[in-house]
Amino acid sequence: MKILKKIWNWIDDRSGFSEIFKPLMNHPVPPGSKWSYVFGSATLFCLILQIVTGIALSLLYQPSSSEAYHSLQFITHTAKFGNVLRGIHYFGASGMIIMVGIHMMRVYIMAAYKYPREMSWISGVLLLFLTIAMGFTGQLLRWDSNGVWSAVVAAEQMGRIPFIGKFIARLILGGDTIGGHSLSRLYSYHVFIIPAFIFLFVGYHLMLVVRNGISEPAKAGRPVDPKTYRQWYKDMLKKNGVPFWPYAAWRDILFGAATIIVIVFFAFVFGPPELTHPPDPSFIYTNPSPDWYMLSIFSLFALMPPKIESVVIFIGPIFTILILLSLPFLSNKGERSPIRRPWAVFGSACVFIFIFTLFLLGEKSAWSPHFDVKPLSKSTINSSNPSVIEGAHLFYKKGCLYCHRIGEQGGLKGPDLTKLSLRLSESDIKLRIVNGGSDMPAYGGILSSKELDAIVDFLKNSKQQ
Amino acid sequence: MNDKPQENRRSFLIKVSLGLSALSAIAVAVPVFSALLAPLLEKTPELWRRVGSLDDFAVGTTNIVKFENADAKAWAGVTALSAAWLRRDEENLFTAFSANCTHLGCPIRWEAGAELFMCPCHGGVYYKDGTVASGPPPRALVQYQVRVNKNDVELLTAPIPLTPLLPSKQRT
Repeated sequence: MKILKKIWNWIDDRSGFSEIFKPLMNHPVPPGSKWSYVFGSATLFCLILQIVTGIALSLLYQPSSSEAYHSLQFITHTAKFGNVLRGIHYFGASGMIIMVGIHMMRVYIMAAYKYPREMSWISGVLLLFLTIAMGFTGQLLRWDSNGVWSAVVAAEQMGRIPFIGKFIARLILGGDTIGGHSLSRLYSYHVFIIPAFIFLFVGYHLMLVVRNGISEPAKAGRPVDPKTYRQWYKDMLKKNGVPFWPYAAWRDILFGAATIIVIVFFAFVFGPPELTHPPDPSFIYTNPSPDWYMLSIFSLFALMPPKIESVVIFIGPIFTILILLSLPFLSNKGERSPIRRPWAVFGSACVFIFIFTLFLLGEKSAWSPHFDVKPLSKSTINSSNPSVIEGAHLFYKKGCLYCHRIGEQGGLKGPDLTKLSLRLSESDIKLRIVNGGSDMPAYGGILSSKELDAIVDFLKNSKQQ
Repeated sequence: MNDKPQENRRSFLIKVSLGLSALSAIAVAVPVFSALLAPLLEKTPELWRRVGSLDDFAVGTTNIVKFENADAKAWAGVTALSAAWLRRDEENLFTAFSANCTHLGCPIRWEAGAELFMCPCHGGVYYKDGTVASGPPPRALVQYQVRVNKNDVELLTAPIPLTPLLPSKQRT
């Protein structure tokens, strides 16, 4: 025993473990920093989980445009626990995005970004975007037809940026088109380049936590005054501070461990997203859609007025980043308590509702034509009139049904036309079909007048159901 | 007294060390950045690729054609391929549309019955001449150059079309 202690003392003395880590573990933190403080460390736990599972995946994955898909099939269907490993990495990414989102929202609502923690906020904003970039590039490494086309979509978005856009697009694709360079490049971004920046900023972010201390729980009527805050904080810690380990750390560890258990549980139960078709860019019968955390942006692209869209695609992200970065400069002192900052709470709620609504709309994707609709059933047509039956057939054949609903069948993009003739007269219906509308093609050049009559007969008939 | 020559020597050595560091950094940075920016330094050729013979395409039909990209790398596998929509308008007249929606690049489908191109992503629709019929696309479909070479139909490879911020072609 004695000899072991002696050995440890030697190691500790020469390595400096206690000297370096003890002050970090024991540094005093404000009392009352309880469950709302666990989300930052939960993000860190998720990051560590992603690093560990990412390294494990790299042992099985072939980062090449032609082989990645086969190796993903191997990981998912053959390798021992490969399916779970992919699942953990997938749900781990989701977990990290959720935690980083809650962490940021909490810091904003509690105004922890105010003096002297402005740089914590700024490095945090950069980390948020780096995390999203990791999520997106990770989704592309799932190199199936969805991955390939999502890379094209990313390149198209970058293409909107004036002057340098086309160069950025080329850097994403690794050339003019998808090809041999594409995947190795995306792999390098996801595995080396972006993580390098994440490590840099996470290190800095944590260093700032130690340097400035975590923000004390906000209290109404106790504003931050930059002139006196640092001294006040120091005195408060001296008087009431509790050592980080174990008084605050146990919550972080408990919550972090629970988060990881939930992620692994999801991975076991649901598994990773199934691979779609091989990454053949000439296979076009695919519907690229992003993972859930990008779905809100995907919806926004569908719903914005087309006239402003290109400009928004370019200016929107820049504007968002600038606003977030400027926040601690716009307000870095005064009240921190959400009770005294109702507009901040209201604004956060609005942003949350906005993003969540777009997410729900994206889940529904009403704007997408339903290519897989079946021809209208006899019971829906509900007529023996040959013209009505012909009209129903044309309604399907000419693609009307992709976007319009009749009874229980059809797409959701355009209005439900089941009871159209109660709203529009025959001549109005014709006019609308021939000339189209703001979001409908003009069928004047596509339908013969006989076909038009048949479709109108069909639409007039359907009200009787 | 002899501080000054010492000081001069020191400041000279600092300059030399900083200068050498900069030089070594530049020496490494050149090849590193060449790799990072490789796609910008490479010039992609444009090549005529055979996409079928005349008999493969009936007049009036629109078909998907597949071809190998101009700079196909040996290790690209299936990712070396691109697709386009080829229509035989007349006996010797072809039109080839890019399969990328001008909105965000998603793969558009030709719906023969409706005579429309439709995009699954955000519901962009184009008429058969490629002009915008409805939905978010800011400009008409981009076309490839096509030629008939003896009995072969050939298409000139091109980059994935990127829609600029302010497209010059008018929305129809």
